Amino acid sequence: MDAIIIQILNGLDKGSAYALIALGLTLIFGTLGVVNFAHGALFLVGAFVAVTTQRLLKISYEVVDESKKDFLGNPLVVDTPYVHGWFGQATGDAIIDWAVPLSIILAIPVMLFIGFAMERGLIKHFYKRPHADQILVTFGLAIVIGEIVKAFYGANPIQTPAPSALRSTVDFGVWLGYEPNSILYPAWRLVYFFFSAIVIAAVFAFLQFTTFGMVVRAGMADRETVGLLGINIDKRFTIMFGIAAAVAGLAGVMYTPILSPHYNIGMDFLVLSFVVVVVGGMGSLPGAVLAGFMLGILQSFASMNEVKAIIPGIDQIIIYLIAIIVLLTRPRGLMGRKGVMED
Amino acid sequence: MLGLNGKDFRLFLIVCVMALAAPILLNPFPVDGALAQFNAGYPALMQAFAIFGILAIGFNILFGLTGYLSFGHAAFLGAGSYAAVWMYKLFNYNVIFAIPASIIVAGLLSVLIGYVSLRRSGIYFSILTLAFAQMMYAIAYSDLLGRFFGTPITNGETGLQVYNSDPQFLLAEGGLAEPHLFTLNLNNLTKIQFGGWEFTFEVGYYLCAIFLILSFYLSIRIFRSPFGMMLRAVKSNQNRMNYTGLDSKPYMLAAFVISGLYAGLAGGLMAAMDPLTGGERMFWTASGEIVLMSILGGAGTLIGPVLGAGAIKYMEKIVSALNDNILHGWFAWMPDGMENVAVAILHPFVGKGWHLTLGSVFMLVVIFLPGGIVEGGQRIGRLFGRKGATQTPTDATTTPAE
Repeated sequence: MDAIIIQILNGLDKGSAYALIALGLTLIFGTLGVVNFAHGALFLVGAFVAVTTQRLLKISYEVVDESKKDFLGNPLVVDTPYVHGWFGQATGDAIIDWAVPLSIILAIPVMLFIGFAMERGLIKHFYKRPHADQILVTFGLAIVIGEIVKAFYGANPIQTPAPSALRSTVDFGVWLGYEPNSILYPAWRLVYFFFSAIVIAAVFAFLQFTTFGMVVRAGMADRETVGLLGINIDKRFTIMFGIAAAVAGLAGVMYTPILSPHYNIGMDFLVLSFVVVVVGGMGSLPGAVLAGFMLGILQSFASMNEVKAIIPGIDQIIIYLIAIIVLLTRPRGLMGRKGVMED
Repeated sequence: MLGLNGKDFRLFLIVCVMALAAPILLNPFPVDGALAQFNAGYPALMQAFAIFGILAIGFNILFGLTGYLSFGHAAFLGAGSYAAVWMYKLFNYNVIFAIPASIIVAGLLSVLIGYVSLRRSGIYFSILTLAFAQMMYAIAYSDLLGRFFGTPITNGETGLQVYNSDPQFLLAEGGLAEPHLFTLNLNNLTKIQFGGWEFTFEVGYYLCAIFLILSFYLSIRIFRSPFGMMLRAVKSNQNRMNYTGLDSKPYMLAAFVISGLYAGLAGGLMAAMDPLTGGERMFWTASGEIVLMSILGGAGTLIGPVLGAGAIKYMEKIVSALNDNILHGWFAWMPDGMENVAVAILHPFVGKGWHLTLGSVFMLVVIFLPGGIVEGGQRIGRLFGRKGATQTPTDATTTPAE
């Protein structure tokens, strides 16, 4: 039993990332009807916002420290981050330590802005063009964003550690009444899961309980009628694009301690997120979230040694296999609505 | 002639001449000249032109005619390569076994994938093909088949190649240990000096060129056939086609398999030029590259994909060979400050950053020139041509894209 719980836990963090990206993809698809191949690039940008924040916080100036001497007896020159000067030693260190969660503050406006800019500057012009063109131009954009990141940050993965308080493991088994040390789970992954649950809940609440969300949902159901009622639906959809970008960006920010970001990380997640969206059902938000967690957990079950002993390598292909089976048996996906992308 | 009308025959002739005279045409600059870096007439690059040309022609039969965007074409390429290398391992290095085998294997795989994927259309089709290709990649890269059969089939990350311990039943004692066509070594080459110029003629390239010409001929015939009309009907309105009582499924499957066969041939030729292969040939970025080629050249036109393949491979070679020193040389005529600014702006685009150039060019093409190079050529032609002169897609062959 505890082995099963471990695998479910292991699947949660990947599943959360899939769910967040797929949620954004579905939002964009449901509102604007655009298949956004650059969504992985938004995840990537989010991850590198975290990297940048960490670097910004570490910007230092040199201080001559009279109390320390080097071996010749001269005073040492010590690099001191500016945050030390501003907030004092202890607070400054804490701020640097918590760089990744803090970068959320920076990531939200940055991602919203990038989302708006993308929609207004590029994608707006592609509504009337075929779906293939939309795929192609966003695919090109994804390449460009990835390469720009590579030009600035190099091709190697960049270590972005979690706050030291969250680097340890949580003894999850004790909470459930198992022996101590039977189920150990990295604290940050638990944080990631709760974080994504909160983001997902926030997006749903926003759509469900605000007037703005109501209008957006109405627009998703029938864009033309909403427009005829005198509501500027385009503007609201642009804002939804920004929100979808922010969701992907936040997923990227918080994922950095789990997987050191490199310029290709977006593409890796994108392909899987597409599969997630299709399995969940194009245009269905709960479907995307459900499929994200389901596929993440199934993937971690498939990578159990007991399973691999029966079917070797199943962990590599299980997601695609499931996608194929789902699409062939339930062509609309698990929770797809009628009339969305049916041709 | 050859069952082609006058215009198509002229186009076909131009392609023949270009393919056969490529070693001369692509080497317009003297070897010692300053512009020698822009020469493209050496075997490895010309082979890439021809092989990717074949690949793009095949992809275009699917995407250009029917509008079904496959994001998993590299799976057939990789399958073809694996089949070819297995033929080397089992029989001998004669490509007369390898290339048919690669075509057959890719064809069988495309029947399987096509039958399943074509049950959906639009974005679902793209994602299904993508999923299949990624699955094939995972299977090849972790050698799943090999783990079932207990012997390496795709040889995982190492990649498949021929070892001395392989059976090679038909390899005679002291036989040729390089890919050959009935003992004609494909790596044989003749260099001809002509003044300051040097032209390299390689057997392997000519094998590719002949296949390119055959592929191109077949593609013209398909474009002009009733079958091609059916595929175009699928693109313009599949529903209406179905309502008229025509079942589009068999046509679609046939188109998919044909383009799979082309990809298999290309994979076989790759293995014929270099007798090893690896899983990364099937990775989805490879599929993406095929898409880029077709779009850049002009999907749905006859010559477009070949031009696109050539343009991308040429750009890759030229742009990734550039570096800051060469750029400084180019902008030496500017004042110092401006020169540095110009170099700094271009720096991320050259050398290792060539994918940035590719992505940017591709985006610009999709945004402003959806018809690709061919449409660009038409527009230029219209600009300079006589007023009222009718331009057809085929006229764009005169653009010097390669």
